[in-house]
Amino acid sequence: MSRPFLSVANLAVHFPTSDGLVRATDGLSYTLERGKTLGIVGESGSGKSVSSSAILGLHRGTNAQVSGEIWFDGTDLLSLSDEDMRRRRGKDVAMIFQDPLSALHPYYRVGDQISEAYLAHNQVSKRVARARTIEMLDRVGIPQPDRRVDDYPHQFSGGMRQRVMIAMALINDPILLIADEPTTALDVTVQAQILDLLQELQREFNTALIMITHDLGVIAEIADDVLVMYAGRAVEYGATRDLMTQPAMPYTWGLIQSIPDVTRSVDLPLRPIPGNPPSLLNQPPGCAFFARCEYAQFVPGDRCATTLPDLLPLSDGHLKRCHLDHDLASYAVVETGAI
Amino acid sequence: MAAPLLEVRDLVMHFPVKSRGVIARTVGHVKAVDGVSFTVEAGQSLGLVGESGCGKTTTGRLITRLQKPTSGQILFEGQDIAQAGPRVLKPLRREIQMIFQDPYTSLNPRQTVGEIVGAPLVIHKLVPASQRLARVQELLEVVGLNPEHYNRYPHEFSGGQRQRIGIARALTLQPKLLVADEPVSALDVSIQAQVINLMQDLQREFNIAFLFIAHDLSIVRHFCPEVAVMYLGKIVEKAPRDELYEHPKHPYTKALLSAVPNIEQAVLGGRRERIRLQGDVPSPINPPSGCRFRTRCWKAQDICATTEPPLQKVGAGADVAACHFPEQ
Amino acid sequence: MIAYAIRRILVGIVLLLSMVLVVFVLFFASGNPAKSVCGKFCTPEKLTQVTKVYGYDQPITTQFGEFIQGLAVGRDYPVNDAYRAALEKSNPDLVIHCAAPCLGYSQHDAATVNADIAKYAPVTISIAVFAFIFWIFFGVFFGVLAAVFKGKWLDRILVGVTLVVYALPTFFVGTFLLQYVAIKWQLVPYPTYVSIADGGVGGWLVGLTLPALTLALFYMAAYVRITRAFVLESLSEDYIRTARAKGLTERVVLFKHGLRAALTPLLSMAGLDFAALLAGAVITESVFNYQGLGLLAVIANQNSDLPVLIGLVIVAGAAVIIMNILVDILYAFVDPRVRLR
Ligand SMILES: Nc1ncnc2c1ncn2[C@@H]1O[C@H](COP(=O)(O)OP(=O)(O)OP(=O)(O)O)[C@@H](O)[C@H]1O
Ligand SMILES: Nc1ncnc2c1ncn2[C@@H]1O[C@H](COP(=O)(O)OP(=O)(O)OP(=O)(O)O)[C@@H](O)[C@H]1O
Ligand code: SF4
Ligand SMILES: [Mg+2]
Ligand SMILES: [Mg+2]
Repeated sequence: MSRPFLSVANLAVHFPTSDGLVRATDGLSYTLERGKTLGIVGESGSGKSVSSSAILGLHRGTNAQVSGEIWFDGTDLLSLSDEDMRRRRGKDVAMIFQDPLSALHPYYRVGDQISEAYLAHNQVSKRVARARTIEMLDRVGIPQPDRRVDDYPHQFSGGMRQRVMIAMALINDPILLIADEPTTALDVTVQAQILDLLQELQREFNTALIMITHDLGVIAEIADDVLVMYAGRAVEYGATRDLMTQPAMPYTWGLIQSIPDVTRSVDLPLRPIPGNPPSLLNQPPGCAFFARCEYAQFVPGDRCATTLPDLLPLSDGHLKRCHLDHDLASYAVVETGAI
Repeated sequence: MAAPLLEVRDLVMHFPVKSRGVIARTVGHVKAVDGVSFTVEAGQSLGLVGESGCGKTTTGRLITRLQKPTSGQILFEGQDIAQAGPRVLKPLRREIQMIFQDPYTSLNPRQTVGEIVGAPLVIHKLVPASQRLARVQELLEVVGLNPEHYNRYPHEFSGGQRQRIGIARALTLQPKLLVADEPVSALDVSIQAQVINLMQDLQREFNIAFLFIAHDLSIVRHFCPEVAVMYLGKIVEKAPRDELYEHPKHPYTKALLSAVPNIEQAVLGGRRERIRLQGDVPSPINPPSGCRFRTRCWKAQDICATTEPPLQKVGAGADVAACHFPEQ
Repeated sequence: MIAYAIRRILVGIVLLLSMVLVVFVLFFASGNPAKSVCGKFCTPEKLTQVTKVYGYDQPITTQFGEFIQGLAVGRDYPVNDAYRAALEKSNPDLVIHCAAPCLGYSQHDAATVNADIAKYAPVTISIAVFAFIFWIFFGVFFGVLAAVFKGKWLDRILVGVTLVVYALPTFFVGTFLLQYVAIKWQLVPYPTYVSIADGGVGGWLVGLTLPALTLALFYMAAYVRITRAFVLESLSEDYIRTARAKGLTERVVLFKHGLRAALTPLLSMAGLDFAALLAGAVITESVFNYQGLGLLAVIANQNSDLPVLIGLVIVAGAAVIIMNILVDILYAFVDPRVRLR
């Protein structure tokens, strides 16, 4: 059997700090094929950005400790030299970030910032790069691209800046695109435009897409598979439809339930997940969700408090990290009214 | 009939735009709020939604009189406070409070939680100093924080907890009206729900009216029985929640609703009309003539460019919309 | 852009005028200046005469008006018209013309303040410029190094050393350099000021080295730390991550994207510090016994020579305001967000 296009295996990213070791990501594994979209959801601080930046090797040169394997198109990215990794960065793998204003350099023209990405990987003249830049700006739907190419980032609206970021990321026709909350800072109407654009470009270039977000709605609209992260680990992983219709563990239930549900009476209070996410320092043994979990009481003994559950298959391709009995879990789905 | 708690009539806020010449002249105005009217009854909530820059925050700041409107009336319990001076406003500041969007920057990092929450008591000299501590601790308890945390600083709290501190501060003076400017936008979904529930409990318990500003339509639906949609400084539609969400009359409302990702429809499929607005919101300095939405509206006709549609009743319910060709 | 520059300059002029007014009022409110001119053996008649000759009997508004006029077009001394007319006939040499911008006339030195300042300024400006070059070059260089090697031993050494240097008083550093480097070890010739006219550029530079170094060390230490902080801050910005994600080499990321943003705020600080440096030269000059503006200030103070003091304050203030304007304009040039506002 051939290896998947992208296969992340046992990825861990730890940051030594003066307070101790921050385990931002631990034991993370997933796969992704070309033309497909993986959605990664989870609360702020759950390790979504840290784990995805590892694919681009953005932790190199920092004090982060990265281990595991990232097989991409036949090579293990983590074993590449810094220079080889740099050559692939921005060319085969590209990334767009959450806040397009701060992600663009305020002192340089957007055109120059985009062509820079092209020039870094192609032996072409500045003129050629500029023409290509204008073509890309046009492609991502910026009106009058030949004029706007000489503007500065602050002269663009939020949505247009994100288009600029997309143009920059796609200028070298990457085969993997990581979008780190590309629409969180944008209005819903603009979010819809950007998501449409991403999907359209993905179809056109057969790009694999990792979509990081904390909005389950966005995931539902665009992802084929979903990975739910909590405190640096995957807690549930499966096809979008399976995961949304039969979420299998308490944290995912909580996420789905806390979204106001149009079919429920507005007189009923929302159902939040109580408490706050745990610190990634000195994590206690056992399930990271234990302190907030309302279902731990149904697990016999004190396994939730003492033993970290494994990420185990539930059905074909649907995995969960939870001690809760499977039958009980399906009962809970009915009871809590998850869709 | 008694006057409503808050009635806003034709509220206008124009910010001058200065030229870049040697001598700065006013060359235009940002028409941030341009003729907005609505009422909020005691103990009720009105939702205010719309895209970034449409004037929601400015409206909130005008009502709390953090800014002085260019023109229009703000009737609070029948008294016009739109142009009132500090002497008239001071007692009213107790009645109208604001909760801010960003829990990270809206609290002074050098003050303890006790000082932040207790400050209004000091300023308005409401409670003798001896009882201040007890009152502040009581408030912390009300918003679900540990009263023992009286002496801690904001950075020691998570985003959701900080927003609770902001709410406690707003509650200190037992206001009748709370202007909540995107109170949960910066929070994670699971935490959002905690804060929303808290505000709803407080509303019932203390009979507080809310002007609830947000861009998340599903949260507004949950919180507010009545919702107003703003576009470029104007209200384009105002309706009871079910009416607005089930049968939007204004094309903009329709587009806004259809842009919200919907899990059920995405996963289970189902009929869904997708409306994609093109381009960006026009500049509030030179808003389009006639109907401001016409540049992005798929229904626009010639009349939309020449005549501004008034906000008028559409259909059988209480729905008002400003459109020449409303949905039926 | 040009409109912006003009506006900044206009504001600068208004600032300058208000500053002159404040200085003028402050100094003249402190008593009859004629008294100090009159000297120890002052008789009432002499006082009256002096007061009249120097125009101190005029209302302060008139005096101020004439002072401003002097700044703008120059003026002649003594100020009393009748007296000057008489003097012109009897003893024309004693009538002194003070060209614009006239800062006043020092009775004590029997010279215009401009002439006084012109005599002492080259030393101070030479030291300051030399120190400025020292401090910017080494400060920024070591600052960037420390930032790039953050947490490594090089960074720790640099930070440690700057901390020590920063804490040393200028007086101490100057004395040390003079006593040991110049006198005891004789690594450099004994420092004296040599003008370019006398010793050529080489002699001029050699003469300046030790005082400039003394003056620069403190700022250098400060700038290592400031540069380090700015570079680190800039390197943690989102756009640096974007630059890396594009696959740019570390060198381009650091020098093109990182430094540009880090050095811009440095620019404005350096401009202002340079103006302050002129004032800070006093101690250095006195340690090395150089005849600079610092010395002039000390002398003028000892002699209660008000006109010179006023002139010095105005020159110092003007330096600050002019540097401010320069920095603002440069800043607008570097940062497009300021330019287009
Ligand atoms: N350089 C670093 N040193 C120490 N800790 C770090 C570092 N970078 C990230 N972290 C920690 O790692 C954790 C995961 O961060 P990450 O940015 O991946 O979260 P996220 O899931 O992307 O959250 P968000 O939704 O807020 O973007 C956080 O707790 C963060 O504080
Ligand atoms: N003090 C001010 N001076 C000039 N223009 C202003 C000022 N305050 C706000 N504006 C402008 O008024 C318009 C409305 O701003 P406002 O902050 O009310 O929008 P908003 O609806 O709250 O947007 P968001 O969702 O981004 O918070 C914007 O175009 C803004 O740039
Ligand atoms: S393992 Fe236990 S604590 Fe963790 S989610 Fe499952 S039931 Fe809850
Ligand atoms: Mg992130
Ligand atoms: Mg706002």
